[in-house]
Amino acid sequence: MKVSITINGTVQSHDVEPRTLLVHYIREHAHLTGTNIGCDTSSCGACTVHLDGEAVKSCTILAAQADGGSVTTIEGLSKNGEMHPMQKAFMENHGLQCGYCTPGMVMAAIGLLNENPKPTDEEVRLGLEGNLCRCTGYHNIVKSVLAAAKK
Amino acid sequence: MIPAAFDYKRAGSAEEAIALIGQHGDEAKFLAGGHSLIPLMKLRLAQPTVLVDIGRVKDLSYVKDAGNHIAIGALTRHMDVEKSPVLKQHVPLLAHAASHVGDAQVRHRGTIGGSIAHADPASDLPATTLALGATYVVQGPNGKREIAAKDFYRGFLESALAPDEMLVEIKVPKMNGAGWSFQKFNRRAQDWAIVGVAAWRNNGTSGVALVNMGSTPVLAAAVSAALSSGASVADAANRAADDAEPQSDLNASVEYRTHLAKVLVRRALEEASK
Ligand SMILES: Cc1cc2nc3c(=O)[nH]c(=O)nc-3n(C[C@H](O)[C@H](O)[C@H](O)COP(=O)(O)OP(=O)(O)OC[C@H]3O[C@@H](n4cnc5c(N)ncnc54)[C@H](O)[C@@H]3O)c2cc1C
Repeated sequence: MKVSITINGTVQSHDVEPRTLLVHYIREHAHLTGTNIGCDTSSCGACTVHLDGEAVKSCTILAAQADGGSVTTIEGLSKNGEMHPMQKAFMENHGLQCGYCTPGMVMAAIGLLNENPKPTDEEVRLGLEGNLCRCTGYHNIVKSVLAAAKK
Repeated sequence: MIPAAFDYKRAGSAEEAIALIGQHGDEAKFLAGGHSLIPLMKLRLAQPTVLVDIGRVKDLSYVKDAGNHIAIGALTRHMDVEKSPVLKQHVPLLAHAASHVGDAQVRHRGTIGGSIAHADPASDLPATTLALGATYVVQGPNGKREIAAKDFYRGFLESALAPDEMLVEIKVPKMNGAGWSFQKFNRRAQDWAIVGVAAWRNNGTSGVALVNMGSTPVLAAAVSAALSSGASVADAANRAADDAEPQSDLNASVEYRTHLAKVLVRRALEEASK
């Protein structure tokens, strides 16, 4: 079937099988490989992107469900070569170790601040419960998000 | 992991969705948020050959004050249930329970109707709406009928819905200031409850339902009966598992679940009695 999704401002139209997951559409059809696949069972959040402005797990959505929608991935965050404040905050606060969870973590964190611009430490931890960091670098991730919220 | 191949149909209305399901028979399934169905399809635990996407039936996404009850469209997402000012005011137990479903990403996609239709005893909203005495409105080829929550759940992932019927609305009585509590015991963030309790109390009446204490969500009728005959919270809580048939799994034995149910019902009743 024909699916059209605006990804990072560019309309991407591809002929795909109905069973194509959004994450595969993004990685294999739009060739944007910043979005990672981690657990593949909807648990880890590595595949988090924004669909129509909200953080979602792209491994648990069919591309067909996102047809006509607008997606932002980690590649779509920087403006004029400048990193997004959340990306900078992760860099400045050592919010990443191996980096595998980072694209999903950053997308979830931006989604969290869109809904709750001034979260408490506790609210950040709860708000990011859908994202796992196997390096267990949570402390600095929370620090990064709180730092970004101050900017 | 990707699901087995299927045909994808998109419905613009409940009527169209029901007609499409009717045309394709037993092998067809409704797709709402997909957050129960797609994981099952990836694991090949479900292999529908046709999916009828009802996710765009936007006129079934609403929360309305209907006098004595609040009417919630089946396609209303968990996040919208959680944030609804109408529910926060009139049915705070449900808004709060919705905030405990999975994680933010899951709540952005999953729907209250999908959660109820899926009839998973480990899910939060089936038990919560059961405790609240909700009524489910379902629509089939011959029109609508209403099913009380207490008559809806028939077995593990089995409900009173016919294959060509769609859940369209959930009617939840207003709580009228009742005290309430939602207890969810789990070991990992974002996870399903090992045992959960939804409870409310108001001038001698009460409703208590259990999550993951059997093959269906369980109405703990013995607890409410004990309370209305004047038992203390502690004594009533001891009846928590009387109506349940818990099973053991990786997370908990039958004995542990029974113990948890009693402890959590006591905590819930204490909080609801404040
Ligand atoms: C990581 C993760 C964590 C989760 N944690 C929790 C949790 O802690 N607590 C909890 O309660 N849930 C949890 N869930 C499940 C989540 O709440 C699901 O969204 C919900 O159970 C199903 O809703 P859906 O809209 O996604 O339904 P779908 O997956 O689209 O559908 C589920 C089933 O119901 C049928 N169906 C859907 N809508 C209708 C309708 N209107 N009429 C008739 N049939 C219908 C479908 O055919 C399918 O069989 C979790 C899910 C994930 C992925």
